[in-house]
Amino acid sequence: MNMEEEKRHTIVVLVDNEAGVLARVIGLFSGRGYNIDSLTVAEVDPVHKLSRINIVTTGTELVIEQIKALLSKLVPVHRVQDLTIEGPHVERELALVKVNGDRERLVQALRIADFMHARLVDSTPGSLVFEVTGSSDELDAFIALVEPVEVSRAGIVAIGRGDMILDGVSQDRE
Amino acid sequence: MTAQQTTAQPPVDVRSMTGAQVVLRALLDQGVEVIFGYPGGAVLPLYDALFQQNTIQHVLVRHEQAAVHAAEGYARSTGKTGVVLVTSGPGATNTVTGLTDALMDSVPVVCLTGQVPTHMIGNDAFQEADTVGITRPCTKHNYLVKKAEDLARIVHEAFHVASSGRPGPVVVDLPKNILMGEAPYIEKEAGRRRSYSPRREPDPGRIEEAVRLLARAERPIFYVGGGVVNSGPLACALLTELVRATGYPITLTLMGLGAYPAADPQYLGMLGMHGTYEANMAMHGCDVMVCIGARFDDRVTGRLDGFSPGSRKIHIDIDPSSINKNVPVDIAIVGDAERSLEAMLEAWKRVAPTVDRARVAPWWAQIERWRAVDSLRFRQHGEAIKPQHAIKRLYEMTRDRDPYITTDVGQHQMWAAQHFHFEKPRRWLTSGGLGTMGYGFPAALGVQMAHPEALVINISGDASWVMNMQEMSTAMQYRLPVKIFLINNGYMGMVRQWQDFFHGSRRAESYMDSMPDFVKLAEAFGARGLRATTVAELDRVIAEMLATDGSVLADIRVEKVENVYPMIPGGAAHNEIKLSPEDDGGHEPIAEDGMVLV
Repeated sequence: MNMEEEKRHTIVVLVDNEAGVLARVIGLFSGRGYNIDSLTVAEVDPVHKLSRINIVTTGTELVIEQIKALLSKLVPVHRVQDLTIEGPHVERELALVKVNGDRERLVQALRIADFMHARLVDSTPGSLVFEVTGSSDELDAFIALVEPVEVSRAGIVAIGRGDMILDGVSQDRE
Repeated sequence: MTAQQTTAQPPVDVRSMTGAQVVLRALLDQGVEVIFGYPGGAVLPLYDALFQQNTIQHVLVRHEQAAVHAAEGYARSTGKTGVVLVTSGPGATNTVTGLTDALMDSVPVVCLTGQVPTHMIGNDAFQEADTVGITRPCTKHNYLVKKAEDLARIVHEAFHVASSGRPGPVVVDLPKNILMGEAPYIEKEAGRRRSYSPRREPDPGRIEEAVRLLARAERPIFYVGGGVVNSGPLACALLTELVRATGYPITLTLMGLGAYPAADPQYLGMLGMHGTYEANMAMHGCDVMVCIGARFDDRVTGRLDGFSPGSRKIHIDIDPSSINKNVPVDIAIVGDAERSLEAMLEAWKRVAPTVDRARVAPWWAQIERWRAVDSLRFRQHGEAIKPQHAIKRLYEMTRDRDPYITTDVGQHQMWAAQHFHFEKPRRWLTSGGLGTMGYGFPAALGVQMAHPEALVINISGDASWVMNMQEMSTAMQYRLPVKIFLINNGYMGMVRQWQDFFHGSRRAESYMDSMPDFVKLAEAFGARGLRATTVAELDRVIAEMLATDGSVLADIRVEKVENVYPMIPGGAAHNEIKLSPEDDGGHEPIAEDGMVLV
């Protein structure tokens, strides 16, 4: 294997939902010069107060191993899962895309949205806002076609397929 | 963990405790005996609670950075957790260097910082600083206590986090209203968090694999660091037993000195940038390397693509993120050094019950040829004191007294590492990772607090020592008889050496021509000042220093422009090590790519 080759990894981190936890994760990346291509965070287990952070990062095999080890070391981190290595998974992203222009331009955008399964969520006489979900590639394609004036992307969320279940509470060590 | 004192505490009415009393009770339950600190507005409630008890002693430093270094000295010489107490704002920000030092060198420290009341946080209040924000990257973990019911749990957890796994500093930020209001107390063992449980037990399969590889090696070496010292005296004893059972050579890192007895013939001395020729050449030429509790630091490896190119590497460390960080290894073992060494020793006795000396005999013959180069030699001639000679004489005149040595950073530190020898762990305290000038003297105060009867010597340099010389006042207040052995060459010696080597001898700002008269300075503090300017005076000054009961500053005026050798220049590999100039006709210009490295 080429140790120098950089590869994109989707890493999922289950953390205690407490003050400063996101700053710890981000600080780890910025402090050591690692890339964050995408990052999403939200509470997923209100009973145990667990949040799930999805990180997409790019690095050599050694750097990715280092990132995972450093994440695991953080005190509020329960589990770290590298979906790129640990198994087949699904990745989705959501974007809100605003298109401005005359009637002809908006009608064209509606046609594109129709065949690319984007949903119209707001319209005014001079603008439309579409909601589009899918893989990042699909979002890129849609955005390229409709030539928007403004884009808001949520970042990647990911989950393992089938029986692979990431459950922070029952899998804690000890 | 520290000695149990829980039972000794009088029962308290937990319903009516203030936050300050809860913190104090938690400290007592954690077995804390000494706190190093400096008061201020935000921590006054805690100081008030401290005033009303006699179990925990507080040492008043003169600068908060020194409080952390003193706590480090206390921790590293005892294995217990050092405790610091400072106020908000500047009190907290002044600890940052000390905390970073403790993080780099894996020293367990709990630092309690005052904070403005919770309702004022974010208002730019007087002496407010975002302490958890500032200290997040320089601590193992940190906390801001926002609710009284979390207080006791957090203080206990801070001690657990600081002392377990790879040890490190932990900050607990305590808003004043939390300290003054009522707070519930919970016991030490209650409410431990599930997300933090560092692995101690090594994987038995990998231990077996490692030992089998080791048993076949023809050119093996043990490369051991401060992790084994941190693991404890038993780990060091197991290391010694394992190394002797194998008959293999061992080298120690700067942080590891004392983990293996220096007088042992299997010991090759320290490795790295200023390590011995035999240690570095053996690292370069080995076929199996066993790294235990060290982290392939750049000061150890030199140029990475030229580092030990032909070896298979085994790495044992309690910190998974230290493995495969700088150097990819063949067998990675995550675990505590003590448990891992125990398992290796057991496996070794099974796998290699009879030692095959013939297999490694050619390797030892090669090592002895390297050793014969005598890379640490120096010639003391003339009146002027060679710094190496000063340290050698200090060693010879104190070795029977089991001294504790702390250092600052620079040439004196390297000469101390080369010419002072340690037979036991926890006797050598130096700032390895961060390289903090000003570490040594406050660290020595912390050591002396923990070992009141011991001989504690701070080997320092003139530039380093003035960085925390205000602590002389602390030493006097607490009658701490720390000896300061000042290698005074009137330069920032290591800076001057690098300028001479790599920057065309342009000695930019590395000379201080307005240094104080150190003898008078010591006397001004009420300590004893001594001076040696010639070889003839040296022994007498050392003897007088040792015979003096209180603190002494010995100003040893050494030869001004002596360089530290051997040296692996930045950007070079182990086998490109430079010996002293008598051999290579003066130091040579170093390539530009070496100049950019630190």
